Amino acid sequence: PHAGPVESKNEAAMSELVPEPRQKPVVPMKPMGINANLLGYIGIDTIIEQMRKKTMKTGFDFNIMVVGQSGLGKSTLVNTLFKSQVSRKSSSWNREEKIPKTVEIKAIGHVIEEGGVKMKLTVIDTPGFGDQINNENCWEPIEKYINEQYEKFLKEEVNIARKKRIPDTRVHCCLYFISPTGHSLRPLDLEFMKHLSKVVNIIPVIAKADTMTLEEKTEFKQRVRKELEVNGIEFYPQKEFDEDLEDKTENDKIRQESMPFAVVGSDKEYQVNGKRVLGRKTPWGIIEVENLTHCEFALLRDFVIRTHLQDLKEVTHNIHYETYRAKRLNDNGGLPPMTAETEENHESNL
Amino acid sequence: CTQLLLSCQFSDSAGYVGFANLPNQVHRKSVKKGFEFTLMVVGESGLGKSTLINSLFLTDLYPERYIPGAAEKIERTVQIEASTVEIEERGVKLRLTVVDTPGYGDAINSQDCFKTIIQYIDNQFERYLHDESGLNRRHIIDNRVHCCFYFISPFGHGLKPLDVEFMKALHGKVNIVPVIAKADTLTLKERERLKRRVLDEISEHGIRIYQLPDADSDEDEEFKEQTRVLKASFTPNLFIPFAVIGSNQLIEVKGKKIRGRLYPWGVVEVENPEHNDFLKLRTMLVTHMQDLQEVTQDLHYENFRSERLKRTGK
Repeated sequence: PHAGPVESKNEAAMSELVPEPRQKPVVPMKPMGINANLLGYIGIDTIIEQMRKKTMKTGFDFNIMVVGQSGLGKSTLVNTLFKSQVSRKSSSWNREEKIPKTVEIKAIGHVIEEGGVKMKLTVIDTPGFGDQINNENCWEPIEKYINEQYEKFLKEEVNIARKKRIPDTRVHCCLYFISPTGHSLRPLDLEFMKHLSKVVNIIPVIAKADTMTLEEKTEFKQRVRKELEVNGIEFYPQKEFDEDLEDKTENDKIRQESMPFAVVGSDKEYQVNGKRVLGRKTPWGIIEVENLTHCEFALLRDFVIRTHLQDLKEVTHNIHYETYRAKRLNDNGGLPPMTAETEENHESNL
Repeated sequence: CTQLLLSCQFSDSAGYVGFANLPNQVHRKSVKKGFEFTLMVVGESGLGKSTLINSLFLTDLYPERYIPGAAEKIERTVQIEASTVEIEERGVKLRLTVVDTPGYGDAINSQDCFKTIIQYIDNQFERYLHDESGLNRRHIIDNRVHCCFYFISPFGHGLKPLDVEFMKALHGKVNIVPVIAKADTLTLKERERLKRRVLDEISEHGIRIYQLPDADSDEDEEFKEQTRVLKASFTPNLFIPFAVIGSNQLIEVKGKKIRGRLYPWGVVEVENPEHNDFLKLRTMLVTHMQDLQEVTQDLHYENFRSERLKRTGK
């Protein structure tokens, strides 16, 4: 899509300025004399340290949304992921509070710190999703919320006097909870993921995985993967955004073998073999949340937090947000604050 | 990604979530992407700009250099020449562009010579603004000038009127780092005097040169102590303007090959801190590349952008 008269006017304006400066061809670094390497440490690599210091100082935002029917353990899982009470469990609601009539969006922010790095974590809960008798279009409030955050960011970005660091409320990651029926996905699951995978990074998880044996788990996962593929649902990490061969190999393995992660969450600790572990105690044994032979929680945690956190944010910013922005540029012919202007005046910021 | 996981120090100690690993994730992506930096050099002909740039980056940016005679220079206006070199060090790739401004200050009447330079800088801002406002923003190239070394002649008594006018016109558009060139023509005392004079004049005229960031008040005590020790031995702000010497010739001194200038009365060593501020200039530049880019983005570019939008929006 191209912006029509706007673009050519800018080009004309620019050619009135200085004629193109002479650009010499790029030269690779040539060492000066034989011993240049001995003499030659410039210190360019310290820029990495400078960036690291900057990240540590500014801290960062991370916004994670959880979607799934009541009782699938969403809040418990998020609390387990971040080892803090960042989400209020619905089992702690008193009996007077009913299931909401429509899907509600509840965003709660916390600041957590680790190893000198500060994170402003926002957990966005979606109570009411899939809980009604008639669940038609129940994903719409969620899609609306996600787009509203893009709009907020866009408004700030096009502002004339804009903030140095635009507050980022965009949803970086959406954990979608699949009920461990052992059969297949439900129509609602398909509908939700079909619509939302186009606007946000969706990570499907199989909830309460301790209701399945190992074989049942493996079969269920295979079936779910197949269904997602057949229905053209691209969950994160999306194939088309693999940046290079290294990413592709790594992500292929995750997509084809590990996902969807079959997880168990818990915020209770028990003593097992002399260690304190998070788990669920049953008469037939203790299910250890962080034990890879029991469930895949640790894989999910490492994936979301330890290796792909930054990438989740980047895909949100570079892909989903840009898609939204491009649509906005093309529809309605304008962006705030100049929406009232005619096309001719759309010079600078469009 | 096993490398990323291995670098999680406390791995599975109780209560460890793992997002402290985020700087490593950012770091890994940056190393893959590489960095871009644009440095502009401005100053009269013959002040040693090209030699200094070659010395700073251990390269030869001007292999087929042609130096015009005085008669040719009469007709010349200021040119803008950009050379790009790709430097890699310990796995970090830097795409460095040096923007040279031959002809600056050469004409008999130098009235307009910095107009071209201002237009070039604005042009890069304009281009970035255009790209940033466009539809396809995935591969925006940042050609904005992040830093400008302004070369002051060691032969005068301080700033020349042209120096003052240039810096006043450009301090709101680019980070200016003043440099006293060919510092080996001065004794140490003369150098100190010249530096003081230049700083006084800069402050007198309200010129805003690039200020290095101080350690913040919220940094932890240990870090503050470290920086205090570091600052005691090297307080960058005290050395501005940097008095430098450049050379691409290797001379043998005490059995070692070093870069310097051979005079009958001795050898001036480029990388000897007792001879000149070359190392300090280079250290300052590489340890502040990030900050120079940030100030360009957050201050100079944003100023340009808001002025531009105000002008066309109404």
